[in-house]
Amino acid sequence: MKKTLFDKIWDAHVVESIPDGPDILYIDQHLIHEVTSPQAFNELKEREIPVFRPNKIVATADHNTPTENQHLPVKDLLSRKQLKELSQNCEENNITLYGLGHPYNGIVHVMAPELGITQPGKTMVCGDSHTSTHGAFGAIAFGIGTSQVTQVFASQCLLVEKPKRLRVNVNGELKKGVTPKDVILYVISKLGTNSGTGYFCEYAGDVFENMSMEGRMTVCNMSIEMGARGGLIAPDQTTYDYVEGREFAPKGEEFDKLKAYWETLRTDDGAEFDQEYSFDAEDIEPMITYGTNPGMGIKITGAIPVEGGKSDAKALSYMGFKPGESLIDKPINYIFIGSCTNSRIEDFRMAASYIKGKKKAENVNALIVPGSRQVAAQIQEEGLDKVFEEAGFRLRQPGCSACLAMNDDKIPEGEYCVSTSNRNFEGRQGQGSRTILASPLTAAATAVAGKITDFTKSLN
Amino acid sequence: MEKFTTLQDTAVPLEVENIDTDQIIPARFLKATDKAGFGENLFKDWRFDKEGKPVEDFTLNQDQYSGSILIAGNNFGCGSSREHAAWALKAYGFKVVVSSYFADIFKGNALNNGLLPVQVSPEFLDELFLAIKKDNKESFKVDLENQKIEMLSSGKSENFAIDPYKKTCLINGFDDIDFLVSKLDAIKKFEEKQTQMREAAIQ
Ligand code: SF4
Repeated sequence: MKKTLFDKIWDAHVVESIPDGPDILYIDQHLIHEVTSPQAFNELKEREIPVFRPNKIVATADHNTPTENQHLPVKDLLSRKQLKELSQNCEENNITLYGLGHPYNGIVHVMAPELGITQPGKTMVCGDSHTSTHGAFGAIAFGIGTSQVTQVFASQCLLVEKPKRLRVNVNGELKKGVTPKDVILYVISKLGTNSGTGYFCEYAGDVFENMSMEGRMTVCNMSIEMGARGGLIAPDQTTYDYVEGREFAPKGEEFDKLKAYWETLRTDDGAEFDQEYSFDAEDIEPMITYGTNPGMGIKITGAIPVEGGKSDAKALSYMGFKPGESLIDKPINYIFIGSCTNSRIEDFRMAASYIKGKKKAENVNALIVPGSRQVAAQIQEEGLDKVFEEAGFRLRQPGCSACLAMNDDKIPEGEYCVSTSNRNFEGRQGQGSRTILASPLTAAATAVAGKITDFTKSLN
Repeated sequence: MEKFTTLQDTAVPLEVENIDTDQIIPARFLKATDKAGFGENLFKDWRFDKEGKPVEDFTLNQDQYSGSILIAGNNFGCGSSREHAAWALKAYGFKVVVSSYFADIFKGNALNNGLLPVQVSPEFLDELFLAIKKDNKESFKVDLENQKIEMLSSGKSENFAIDPYKKTCLINGFDDIDFLVSKLDAIKKFEEKQTQMREAAIQ
């Protein structure tokens, strides 16, 4: 039978299928962090169940960590306690932890790929919905709840129903100034936030084939924002080149042999999908969101739709926008470049290339947060830190930061923030904050102009 | 896990679509390392204003509505995977959430905590909202065995779907952890097979 990429990886990991029920799916790699793991460790302890495969787990501290003075004890007592429990739990159970200050520390979905932990053909889970990011490598990766974290601890397996298959094709050539973030915001704006529920989404077409690994990660990252459990892209030379030579990637001959296997990981011609959508790259322009879910997106020069249901009215009143309004020239006091969607080196290169030689507008607080220590080091090596500093941007230490505002990096009530993160829910970036999702390029241009601007005119 | 068979109770309506887990339990309350105490922060920023005063027109604060059934708008539980959302609903006292659509991860988290997500048609959801607007003391019966939700006054009902395996777990109070641990031998065999295949591939 003809199989999709998704089927091939899934089927290779089924330990057993329960009649009339879910599959027992084997998990190759489990990633954990401080926020969704403590209750799972407690549950195991209470039931006196040992961690079954500690060598298949890697831990990091990211959600709840400060982005300044990481060498000092964490000020917030609850956060400090949560981080301490993570260290203790990892130590007691022989789990590798890249904690705060470790050279490999970073946001879980940034550090695992850059260490070569993420590889084609693997099944990967983490107690975080944006685990879909790792699908960029042609892996099945998805977010799980804490009860499921406990299940994987106990058995390295999960009981899951096999999702249906969805394919999103984008073909053609992207216009200048249109980035991977714009592509995924466009797709979600067209399909809505629950069109993917029950599905795993494969992204296909030359737009994704021509994308860098960083770009593919940005796209797969936001699969969950259209409700899909995960997204994935067939591995190719770009993938192999990225993985090769990284710390935990297979080496030498083993790499070549595995590569031969990875090359079989593509959807067979004629394989069937339960649902399929196609878009033209030429139709996509730089995107922003105007509402309180990621599906409420328009092109930056567009107008807020006039037609809308009850929830649209609620969202618009929260955002302080009117139907039919254009957001061009709307003053913006905060921008955030960071989060597991857009905090890789390419994102900062993109922002820096726009900012170079310019200054941020006076009214703007510009927060730049790298996704990992390695990205932070690379920013310095490439001298991007100078570009940001000279332009008046604040460069912080790595972590989730203002993406979910669990630490001190919060957007004040009522303020707009053009953010490269993935969620514009009410209060996501701090109580009463108003988030406008966009690409790093759009965020950089907003910071320079002090307002939302059609920067594409000035690109040469 | 607590068993669930049938429930008959009044309900609280929350007619908002796309309710995400950041609203159900905001991120700043995720610093706890145990499962207790999330109920008081359920829908925190919708229930209370900046000064901590209850928001009057929010249905959870209105005396006329009570009960262990929450009836919510389409696409409930989207966003973050935080299981804290299910813990908060459970701790607040809800045992059933009714909507016309649930986000995948939330649905799984709810089922793993004995909180029953009941997915009904959009038309039936409208009828439920209407019924409760007409009479806030309207009672609903949720029968898991027969997979049926019924409005007691009118007798109107609809069947709902649930994974047969999950249904058995809920009715008996089993959870997945015990089941998976009982499968460790099969899992070890799978690992051996996987290692052999990998070795064959790289030889
Ligand atoms: S950066 Fe944001 S979305 Fe990504 S893992 Fe951290 S909190 Fe979640």
